[in-house]
Formats: sequence, structure tokens, C-alpha cells
Amino acid sequence: MRIYVTVKQVPDTSGTVAVHEDGTLDRASMQTIINPDDLAAMEQALRIKDATGCQVTAITMGPPPAEGMLRELIAMGADDAILVSGREFGGSDTFATSQILGAAIVHAQAGDNDFMIFSGRQAIDGDTAQVGPQIAEKLNLPQISYAAEVTKEGDKVTVKRMLEDGYMTISTQTPCLITCINDQDMKPRYMNLIGIMDCYSKPLQIFDYNELKDEPLIEPDKIGLKGSPTNIFTSFTPPQKGIGEMLPGATKETAELLAAKLLEKHAI
Amino acid sequence: MAFNNTDLAAFKDIWVFCEQREGKLMNTDFELISEGRKLADERGSDLIGILIGNGVKDLAPQLGGYGADKVYVIEDPALEIYTTDGYAKALCDIIEDKKPEVVLFGATNYGRDLAPRCAARLGTGLTADCTHLDIDMNNYVEFLKSASTLPAEKYERFNMEDVNLKMTRPAFGGHLMATIICPRFRPCMSTVRPGVMKKAEFDQSKADACVVESYNVEFADGDIKTVVEEVVKASKKIVDLIGADIIVSVGRGIKKDIEGGIKLAEDLIEAFGGGVLGGSRVTVDSGWLSHDHQVGQTGKTVHPKIYVALGISGSIQHKAGMQESELIIAVNKDPNAPIFEIADYGICGDLFKVTPMLTEAIAAAIASK
Repeated sequence: MRIYVTVKQVPDTSGTVAVHEDGTLDRASMQTIINPDDLAAMEQALRIKDATGCQVTAITMGPPPAEGMLRELIAMGADDAILVSGREFGGSDTFATSQILGAAIVHAQAGDNDFMIFSGRQAIDGDTAQVGPQIAEKLNLPQISYAAEVTKEGDKVTVKRMLEDGYMTISTQTPCLITCINDQDMKPRYMNLIGIMDCYSKPLQIFDYNELKDEPLIEPDKIGLKGSPTNIFTSFTPPQKGIGEMLPGATKETAELLAAKLLEKHAI
Repeated sequence: MAFNNTDLAAFKDIWVFCEQREGKLMNTDFELISEGRKLADERGSDLIGILIGNGVKDLAPQLGGYGADKVYVIEDPALEIYTTDGYAKALCDIIEDKKPEVVLFGATNYGRDLAPRCAARLGTGLTADCTHLDIDMNNYVEFLKSASTLPAEKYERFNMEDVNLKMTRPAFGGHLMATIICPRFRPCMSTVRPGVMKKAEFDQSKADACVVESYNVEFADGDIKTVVEEVVKASKKIVDLIGADIIVSVGRGIKKDIEGGIKLAEDLIEAFGGGVLGGSRVTVDSGWLSHDHQVGQTGKTVHPKIYVALGISGSIQHKAGMQESELIIAVNKDPNAPIFEIADYGICGDLFKVTPMLTEAIAAAIASK
């Protein structure tokens, strides 16, 4: 059994975000992090590895520097990693991305059906939550999204799938695709010392276009910018709302002044 | 595949996937039907609701009351409870048969599970978590004038005859807005953020006039590969940020005493006479609060009467989720915190000192009424 964990290196949108004058993101000036939901997916996979002794492969699509992120994930406990990287893949929307990642997993798995795919529910740069389910559809696998907890017994996988007002317990058979949420109980483990020492000696494969081009999912009109069904029509920055009133000080009088204003406005 | 998704002219009408849970329609259904009505009028086409389940046909006229011309109902015991496989088959089958131009979904936990699966099967594009939709270019330009900082010469380059659905959504955590189109394939699909689109007035005469038509989808063994073993409702109180009148949210500022900070916010909520605790993304990502408390971005768009931000710097994603609140109060140590740019009242100070004083002052003011 092998679990592929799809991961993405993303700009840290909770920090300072720089925007160019033309409205595009100044990625170069931003910190990058491993997408939080993907880390939860990795932790989920590593817990199953701890319990069952399966293999865990981190897989990402991105530019060559994404190798650093993959090495970190190996240091956390992944057995190996795949970097899908190529000019032909650039500009892909979620449809095209799922086409390429799906092809890469099929390629790596080489006909062996004993596998699962774990994805983060969504990435914090795009927030689409689409790539996981789209990979599942393209590989004709059952999907379970919003997973807070995954357990596996033999071929049976049982998932606690979160809803807005509770949860469902859903089961399915491997192979399958699970998208994981970054729940309190799924805090990613730290890289350990042995992992850090070993992370450059474990295998990291790079799949470029030539490596994948014979996979049925890799059709020139289904990958990259040209193969993406959605296009950006306009992008823009929202205007700021007008500035309100700063109350003087931060004392009891300030609090009372605010309460008086709320009363006056019939807000309370 | 027999389904030709590139013959654009063969596709017409605006569809809304109307989600029901345990035989009850969702608020997002009414929001989307109301928005869909606007789009159908812009396009000069019909608005059709799709209702999937078992024994749910009687719900259909309600959708008419908010503007649906027609509702297709797909019923089967296999559809009693939501499964990705069952609903994706039902929806894709009817889409391939009837060929809608646009299909909208609520960006709920089910909608965000179902829509990408269907879009991948149909070989078409999907835009997630939209906050604004237009078909008519004049309306779109009016929207840009109020919602963007784009210079007017940008609009002059537009093809004003464009009839693609223009789907606007926040990107990069709300720091940017992007309008997405799906020009080469149909249907054009979108999930729409709950709580954003305005619900129309219910009209009984429209409900009575709505055409309800059953549509049959055959299920075979093996079509549904997942088993729902149990459904558990949360035993804890449901966090209803969208319906809340008062929201007190905490942010990174509570870091030095997380439990204490949350307690202060809860005390303030109590002083207001009730409300809901919210949190910025960092409080959820750090595990201080559960996901259902998150305000902003893919969390929730809220519009309470009073929103109090304690120790929240105010990333654009957070602001996007709460700036439509009627009255915003911000407490932050940093006088340059972006939250003050949108706050009606700002207090520059340590939330651990200011909040108890606020709680006391608000309680006293309410008692004095």
C-alpha cells in the first residue's frame, strides 16, 4: 500500500501580501509555506503509516525550488517524493492540474491498484477545493472530502467527514481519494533529527513532460494554460472602505464613550 | 464521449443545483435561485432548479416562489442521503441530456464536493466560491466601477456583447479579486459563497406557477462506491456566524493567553446579551478555534449588526468576510493595523486590558436603558 499525498507550496496569505501596480501578486516578495490542509493530509497519511507500515509519497506540481518543500516532508516521515515540473504544465487551472497530477500518480503506480491519494481540502492561495475531487474523477476513484479522521482496516477505509453542523461516517474501499481538513486533532508532526539527516538520501523523482507524455491523461489540449477551461477575464484590487473614528485613549473612559455612542445609535 | 461540450449554441438556460438535507431546502438554495433569476433575465432564458433526493418533490414549489420557472426533480432510494457518486451521476446525466448553459452550486460542504466531480466528468470549467456573478456587460462594468480600483480605460477594451458568465471571486486570500470566464466549454459552472447573494421576497403566485417535472435516472449496483454509515449532528452549539446579530472575533492578538483571550470575548458577547464567537484565519489554522468560527475567505461572509474585532490586524481576507457588518469596532495594539481602515470605532490598546472595560461599560449601558 502506498499513500500519495498531494501538496502545494503557497504564498503565506496570512502575512504581508504584496500586490504589483497592475493587480497581480508579487510572489517573489512573499514567504512561502506548505499549504496547511496538505500538512494535515500528510499527518493523516503518516498516522496510517505508523499503524500499518505503508509507504507515503509526497507529490507536488511546481517549479524546481519546490524540491525544498518535498525534502521537508521527507524529513517529517514521507518515504519519497515526486516533483512534477515542466513548462508545458504552467498556467494550469484546477482541471488541467488534476489531469497532470492524476497522470503522474498513474505513472508512478504503474498498474498497481494498492494505493490511496490524500489531498488537502483546499490551498490557501486559490481556496478552490477542486483539484482533489477532479483527480478522483479522472482516475475513476471514490472520493471522500472534508476528512477529519481516516482509519484503514484491510481494504476498507473509514472516514469522519465533517459537515457544517456535525459529521458523517463514510466508508469505502481502496483505491480511493480523501481530502483532509486541518483540524485541531491533526496537527502535523515536526521534522525529526533522523528525518532531517536522511531527507537528502531518500528518493526524489522529477517527472517532466517527456516522462509523462505517453500517459493517456496527458493530452496537449488538456494541460497547461491552453488546456485550462477557465480563463481570467479581469483581476483587480478591491477599494478600501472610508476610515472611521479612532477613540482617544484605551481607558475606562474610552470604553464608556464607546458604550454611549452605541446607545446613541441604538446599536445596543 | 457523446456529450459535446464545445457546441456552445446547443446549451441554454440557467440551472441551480438546489441542495436539501433531510428533506429541507437550504438558505443557499433561495439565495442562488434569486441570483439565478437575475442572470436568466439578463440572458433572456429560463431559470431551472434541480432537486435531488428521495421523496423531495413537494419542496419544489418553494423554489418557484423565489424565481425558478421550472424544477426538475430526480428521486431514487439511492439518493436518500447525499453521496458524491449518486448525486454526481444524477446531475451529470441530466446535464448531458438537457444541456444547460450555466449551473450554479452553493459553496457548501456538499456543493464543493459535488461540483468539481461533475465539472471533471463533463470536461468543463468550474470557478469556486464566487461572490459576484454577471452575464450582461453593462451590469458587469457598473459592478467594477463600485467594487474595483480599475481605471476607466480598462473597461473600454471590453467586448460589450460578451455573454459568458462572469464569475468574480476573491483570490490569494482576498488580496485580489479575479473575474473568471469559461469561454470554450459548456456548461459554465460555479460554486457561490453562502450568505453573499440577496434572497428575493417569496412570491406565492410564482410558487403556484412553477413547473415541476420528474426526471428519471437509473442506478445500477456499483454506481455508488461509498457507504454512509452514520450521520451525527454536532452536540455542541452550532456556530451560526451568518445569522448572528453580534459577533465578537479574536485574532493573533490573543496569542499570549489563548484561553484567557477567548474568555474575554465570550464575556463581551454575554454583555451584549448574546452573540457568536468568531476568529481570524490564524486562530483556526493554529487550532485555537474550530473551523466553524472562521470569518473571512472560505470561512464565512457575515453581516451582523455589531462586529467586534479583538486583536485582529485585518488581512484583506478577513475584511472581505466582515466588512459588510453594520457597525465595526476594532481593538488593536498596533495603531497602523489595517482593521482600523474599515472600523467605525477604533481603540488602540491591549485587548487584555480594554476588553474587560468594554464588557463592563456595555453591560452598564444596556442596564441603564
